[in-house]
Amino acid sequence: MKEVAFFAGAIGALGGAIAVIALRNAFYSVLALIVHLISLAGLFLLLQGEFLAAAQIVVYAGAVVVLYVFVAAYVGNVDEPLWEPIPGQRFIAPFLGLALFVELAIAIIGSGLKSIDTEGPDVALGFGSPSSIGELLLERFLIAFEAASLLLLVAAVGAVVLAARRKESEEIAG
Amino acid sequence: MDITWYLVLSALIFATGVAGVLLRRSPLVILLCLELMLNAGNLALLAFSRALGDQDGQVFALIVMVIAACEVVVGLGIIVAAYRRRIPLNVDELRTLKG
Repeated sequence: MKEVAFFAGAIGALGGAIAVIALRNAFYSVLALIVHLISLAGLFLLLQGEFLAAAQIVVYAGAVVVLYVFVAAYVGNVDEPLWEPIPGQRFIAPFLGLALFVELAIAIIGSGLKSIDTEGPDVALGFGSPSSIGELLLERFLIAFEAASLLLLVAAVGAVVLAARRKESEEIAG
Repeated sequence: MDITWYLVLSALIFATGVAGVLLRRSPLVILLCLELMLNAGNLALLAFSRALGDQDGQVFALIVMVIAACEVVVGLGIIVAAYRRRIPLNVDELRTLKG
């Protein structure tokens, strides 16, 4: 049963990822990203990451993708020119991606780590639940948590400054 | 399922994202490909967290999600600003940092 769920999630995640880079219309790429993210949330559930799976759906498939949809609709479809700055880029790029995958696969399979050849140890019932992740965030990782919240604030202010209309900013300055 | 399967899948998704960044010229799609790479990293973090029976990896993955959200907000802000100023949305022509 776990195998079926894993392969269903893997096909969804990989198919979504390939569709993101293969579809010519940016709007369809964003929709393919939703398929990818939801399949990945399923895989997170298989790895006992309940809170992460929920956060993936709410934060990514909910909030981030909506941002992408708005911008894709606002900017419209950008035609990518057939002219290539590097000759043969469209053949070299997938080849380099494949080479990276082969390298990573050799590193993973030949790593000799014993723990990755198992399904992982048996874990307590609350593993990955919101309460245990929350405890870790507010105790051991409190500084990282606060730094992340500060970073989010800075990013939000930065986005407002970047996307503000130029005329308004000139009026304020003048 | 062995954890190795999850790691290999994570490597595949990461390689797809890298190929996308090298292949596509639209900044919006390049941001989507960065998203793919960050998610591949998250999957690897969760897989190792499960392999070791330790929840620290999940907290790492949560922080990575926050960083991804920041990156999206700033990246999309730049795209919208470039579009408003009639700057062509093509990474080969977006070479100068001066607005």
